[in-house]
Amino acid sequence: MARLAETRRETGTARTLVFDVPGWPGHLAGQHVDVRLTAPDGYAAQRSYSLSAPDRVELTVQRIPDGEVSPYLTDVLGVGDPVEIRGPVGGWFVWRPGAGPDVLLIAGGSGIAPLMAMVRARRLAGSGTRFRLVYSTRTPGDVFYADELRRPEPGLDVTHVYTRAAPDGWPRPPGRLTVDDLGDGPPDRDCFVCGPTGFVESAADMLLARGHDPRRIKTERFG
Amino acid sequence: MDHVDGNALAGPLSELFAVDITAATGRCVNCGLTGPVAELRVYDRAPGLVARCPGCGHVLLRYVRTPDSAWIDLTGTVSLRVRLPDGDEEGRG
Ligand SMILES: Cc1cc2nc3c(=O)[nH]c(=O)nc-3n(C[C@H](O)[C@H](O)[C@H](O)COP(=O)(O)OP(=O)(O)OC[C@H]3O[C@@H](n4cnc5c(N)ncnc54)[C@H](O)[C@@H]3O)c2cc1C
Ligand SMILES: [Zn+2]
Repeated sequence: MARLAETRRETGTARTLVFDVPGWPGHLAGQHVDVRLTAPDGYAAQRSYSLSAPDRVELTVQRIPDGEVSPYLTDVLGVGDPVEIRGPVGGWFVWRPGAGPDVLLIAGGSGIAPLMAMVRARRLAGSGTRFRLVYSTRTPGDVFYADELRRPEPGLDVTHVYTRAAPDGWPRPPGRLTVDDLGDGPPDRDCFVCGPTGFVESAADMLLARGHDPRRIKTERFG
Repeated sequence: MDHVDGNALAGPLSELFAVDITAATGRCVNCGLTGPVAELRVYDRAPGLVARCPGCGHVLLRYVRTPDSAWIDLTGTVSLRVRLPDGDEEGRG
């Protein structure tokens, strides 16, 4: 059983939840947990949420307006409240700090959560692996972790892609991710793509078209 | 809602298996495609979980959890190859 310890607003519709979980065994960047809510009548709903920090049980939840679980987590759950959590789980969509090859991260919307865990794990480990993050959101107001991503960090290159509205003077007109947004780095990198299913599929197709090795493209679909 | 992928099986199947099955390599009965369980197409809003081959759509795995039991059907899967943890942190999760 986890207990909500602290929360942060990320955007108007997303909230980061920090939990205290007695006996937590630690986790790898990219793993997730399953959160289970049970109503007084016994009806239960379970959803997956990525761990967004490498060293604490932090989840960032985007409210889906007609959703069953996410509005409760973003708007109702209070500090001190208990929640049933299973995890950490998932051993495939993970990045391990070390002197590994360059990494390309592609996030759509809340798909940034597990990729942010990787960015933070890299920082925490003092890893020299070069990261490039391409982060697609509808508008600048939808960017999670905005202040943290604005701070310059050696070896980390962040590119924002806006699909509906860009800041004044932004060189790229708003629109869906294209192959040009992926930059011109070499294709011999480990790639992690996460976000809504349609976004993940088109981004993975772009990577294949650019000659990336399918065995080095890992994807996670949020639905 | 679209499908998710085999990563979403990690939690439910962790109740049954001591190792993480989403990183295992599975082989489809119908088309022979091999790949990580994490890449299967998973439909998870039904009473159970259904995982389909990304190549041909064939059902590779079905999972239903009731209050007192778990039922798993792997007739669509020829084989599962699991890398075993080597004793260090690989086993976490
Ligand atoms: C491995 C994994 C990790 C995930 N990690 C995160 C995370 O870190 N943060 C996060 O916010 N979510 C994450 N998700 C998505 C999350 O599990 C839920 O699907 C999401 O919160 C919606 O649940 P809900 O109960 O509110 O909506 P539901 O009641 O399930 O759905 C209600 C409506 O919303 C639509 N919908 C459902 N899911 C989505 C979605 N993801 N995007 C857009 N529309 C949707 C459906 O079409 C439906 O009409 C993850 C999913 C997976 C499989
Ligand atoms: Zn198949």
